Amino acid sequence: MLDYKPNVVLSNQEFNAVGSRPIRHDGADKVTGKALYSADIRPPGLLYAKMLRSPHAHARIKSIDASRALALPGVHAVVTSDDLAKPSGFIVDQAERALNNARFTSNNVLAEDKALYRGHAVAAVAADNWHLAEQALSLIDVDYEVLPAVFDAGEAMKDGSPLVHERLANQQNGSRGGGIRSNDDNEKSTNVSDHCEFRIGDIESGFKDADVIVEKEVSTVAVHQGYIEPHSATAMWHSDGNVTVWSSSQGHFSVQETTALMLDIPVSKVRAIPMEIGGGFGGKLTSYLEPVAAALAKKAGKPVKVAMSRTEVFEGTGPTSGTNIRVKLGATKDGKFVAAEARLVFEAGAYPGSPVTGGAACMFAPYDIPNAYIEGYDVVVNRPKTAAYRAPGAPAAAFCMETAIDELSEKLDMDPVEFRLLNSAKEGTRRASGPLMPPVGFVETLEAVKNHPHYKAPLGGPNRGRGVASGYWTNYSGPSNAVATVNADGTVNLVEGSPDIGGTRATAAQHAAEVLGIPVEDVSPLVADTASIGYTSNTGGSGVTFKTGWACYEAALDVKRQMIGRAAKIWEVPEDDVEYVDGVLQHTSDPELRMTFSQLAARQNTTGGPIVGSAGVNPGGAGPALGVHLVDVEVDSETGKVEIVRYTVFQDAGKAIHPSYVEGQMQGGAVQGIGWALNEEYFVNDQGQMLNSSFLDYRMPTSLDLPMIDTVIVEVANPSHPYGVRGVGEVPIVPPMAAIANAIHGALGVRIDQLPMNPGRVLESLWGNNGSNGSGR
Amino acid sequence: MPEVWIPPRMQGLTDGKQQVQVEGRTVRQVVNNLEVLFPGTKSLLYDEEAQDLLPGVAVIVDGEASQMGLLQQVQEDSEVHFLPAIGGG
Repeated sequence: MLDYKPNVVLSNQEFNAVGSRPIRHDGADKVTGKALYSADIRPPGLLYAKMLRSPHAHARIKSIDASRALALPGVHAVVTSDDLAKPSGFIVDQAERALNNARFTSNNVLAEDKALYRGHAVAAVAADNWHLAEQALSLIDVDYEVLPAVFDAGEAMKDGSPLVHERLANQQNGSRGGGIRSNDDNEKSTNVSDHCEFRIGDIESGFKDADVIVEKEVSTVAVHQGYIEPHSATAMWHSDGNVTVWSSSQGHFSVQETTALMLDIPVSKVRAIPMEIGGGFGGKLTSYLEPVAAALAKKAGKPVKVAMSRTEVFEGTGPTSGTNIRVKLGATKDGKFVAAEARLVFEAGAYPGSPVTGGAACMFAPYDIPNAYIEGYDVVVNRPKTAAYRAPGAPAAAFCMETAIDELSEKLDMDPVEFRLLNSAKEGTRRASGPLMPPVGFVETLEAVKNHPHYKAPLGGPNRGRGVASGYWTNYSGPSNAVATVNADGTVNLVEGSPDIGGTRATAAQHAAEVLGIPVEDVSPLVADTASIGYTSNTGGSGVTFKTGWACYEAALDVKRQMIGRAAKIWEVPEDDVEYVDGVLQHTSDPELRMTFSQLAARQNTTGGPIVGSAGVNPGGAGPALGVHLVDVEVDSETGKVEIVRYTVFQDAGKAIHPSYVEGQMQGGAVQGIGWALNEEYFVNDQGQMLNSSFLDYRMPTSLDLPMIDTVIVEVANPSHPYGVRGVGEVPIVPPMAAIANAIHGALGVRIDQLPMNPGRVLESLWGNNGSNGSGR
Repeated sequence: MPEVWIPPRMQGLTDGKQQVQVEGRTVRQVVNNLEVLFPGTKSLLYDEEAQDLLPGVAVIVDGEASQMGLLQQVQEDSEVHFLPAIGGG
C-alpha cells in the first residue's frame, strides 16, 4: 500500500478538476494491449526495411555497391545518402525556432562521405520481409577507408587529435554548436564546436573574500534514455504526391519538418501521424528513420516500415554526453557563497550539439552566488550523436556542484540542508547566467525536507549513509493549440497536438473541465496528426502541461463564451445577464432561467450551429523547477554493492494538475538517476564498439532493485500560468547522482568522483585507488 | 532606459562593459540601437537574411525567456539578456 506523505500545498486557489486524480483516458487501451504503437501500423503491400551500419568508428566511404542486394528476389529498393537532399551545412532556423544544422541531421540519418561512429547508418534496404532485408544487407558492398578515431573529449581537444570533421566551425556561444566553415574561412580545424561563457560579478575579488574553498573534478560517461519502445517508422506515398508517415516521437511536427527537409519537399506534402509512444525522455526528439522509410517507399512504390533492434537503438541513436567538469567554490566561514567558477567539457558525439549550455546555465542556478564564471566546451568525438535526455546537461553539472557543496558544508561543519537554505535562490536572485530568478519554491522545498520524518530518522545500521542534493531545470514553453468541440450529449472532444508521454491527455482534459465545470471524464482528449491540428511544438522541456494545458484552457474559455451567448439568445436577454457557474448557465436575477451544460449542448444546432472553441498560444513564463532529493544507502564493503534503502523526492511543482502523474515523474526521474548513478554506462572498447548493447548487459534498475520512491509535492504556484503550473518532468533526474554520492560518502567516508559508482569503483575508492581528490578520466 | 546585459564574447565590442543602457521599446529597437552605440554587435545577434534573431540566440526580458523574439516589448526599466538557447528533453 502506498503511504505518501502529505503534500505541501501553498497555492491558495480552490479547484475542482485541477488537482484531482482521474484515470487517464488512454489507460484502458494501454493496459489491455489495444493501444497502437509505431510498429503496429501495417498498410497493405507493406515492405520491411533494415539499416546497414558502419562497423568502423571513423571511416571514409569510398563507394557503396548495392547491385548484389538489388538482384536478390524480393528486394525492392536500397537507399543511401545520395537519396536524401543535401541541405545547407550552416546552422538554420528550421521552423518555429527549431534550431538545426540540416546537413548534419541528414548525414546522421545516412552517412554521406564518412561514417563517424560505429553503428552509423550508411544504407537501407526494403524487402518483402525482415529476413530478406537482413540477408540483403550482407550483399551491400561498402568500400571503407578506415581512419583514426577519437572517443574522449579530452583527447579530442588536444592538438594533433584525429579530426571528426575537416571543416567544423567553432561557433562561440551558440547553443547547439557549429556548422561547416565557409570555403573562405581558413581558421584552424578543431573538434571543439562551441565555447560558451557566463559571468556575473568579479570572481577574483570574490575568492579573496572566501574563508573556505573547495575544488572538485568529476567525470561521467554516456548513458542512454533506455525507453522501452525501439524506434520505428512507416511511410506510404499517395497518388497526389503526398506522403504519410507513422511513428512514435516527441513531436510529429518535427518529424514532418525533418522528413520534408530530407526529401526536399514542402512540409505540407508530409502528413505525420503520431502513434502511442513507449518512452522518450528526450531521445525521441530526433528523427532517425522517418526520412529513410519515406525515401525507400518512394523508390519501391510501396509502403515501407523500418524498425530498430535494441542494439541499433544503443549504437545508432543518441545517448547523453560523457562529461568532465571542474568546479571551485568559495564561502565565508559563516556559510555564505562568495564566488564560484566551473569548466564543463561535454562530448557531443559525432556532430555538434551537446547539452553543455544547459549544464552551464543550470549548474549554479539554485544558489545566490554574487561572483560566478562558467565556461563550457562542446566537443565532437567518434561516438553516436548525443540526444536530449531529461534536463539535458543539468544532471552531470549537478553531480559536480552538489557533491562539492557537500564537501563545503562538511568543511564548514554545517548541515547540508541549512547551507543550501542559507544560500538558496529566491525571486530576484541574480543567476550566474545573468537574468533574475522568477518566483520559485526552493526555500519551501528545502523546508519540506527539514520537516520530513526521513530527514530525522535514524540510519538504522552500519555502512549506511544519507545524502542530499538539489537540482534546477529551466523548463520551456512553445507554440501549441487546441480545439474543443461540444457534443450533443454534453461531452467535449478536445483535440490537441502534443504526443502524450506522461499523462498529458488527462492534464489537458483537466484544464478544459475546470473551465467548463464538467467532469474530466466528459472531456475526450485526442492527439491529432499534422493535418488535423495546428503547429504544436515538441513534447519536451517539461512544457506540455504548461503550454498545451494553457491552449486547452483558452479553447474552453472560447466554448464558455459561446455557451453564454447561446443561453442569452434562448432567453432573449443580454449576455451580461448570463453567468456560468460550475457547468450551469443561469440568469443573474431570474432563478427560473437556468440550463446545464448538457441541456444547452443538446440545443446547439438550433441556436446557431455547432459550438467549437479554439486557441493558439505561445505563452511565456514557464517558470523554473527546483527539487531536492534525500537518499539513504547501505554499502556492502566486501562487494562494493550500493543498495538504496530509502529515497524521498521533494519538488516544487507549481500547481500539480494531476498529482499522481507529477509523483510518477518525480519517481521516474529519481529511478533513472539511480541507474545513472550506480550501474549504467556505454562500455566501449578501443575500437569504439559498445560491448553492452542489450538490456541484459546495460543494467537499468528494476523494481526489484529499489524501495518505494516517496514523493512530496510542494506547490508554490507559478504566477505566470492561469492555474499555477510549472513543468515537472525533467528536474527529478538532476539531483540523484549527487545525492547518492553524498550518501556513499556518509556510509564509507570516501568520495567517488566518477560515474557510475558501480561495485568495482566503490571498492577502488575503498582501497584508495580513487581518493577524495578524484582522478578524472 | 532598458539595460542590456552583454554576453562575455561581445564585451570586446562594448569596451568591456557588462551592462549598457540602450533606448528601445522592443527587442528589435534595442538591437538596432545597440549597434549604433557599439558597432559589430548586431551581427552577433541578428540574421539579416532571415530578419530575425540568429538561430541559437534566446532573448530573456525581465527574467523570462521571450516567445516573441524581436517583437518582444521592453519597458523603461527592463533588463534584456541575450543567451544561448537551451534545449529541453
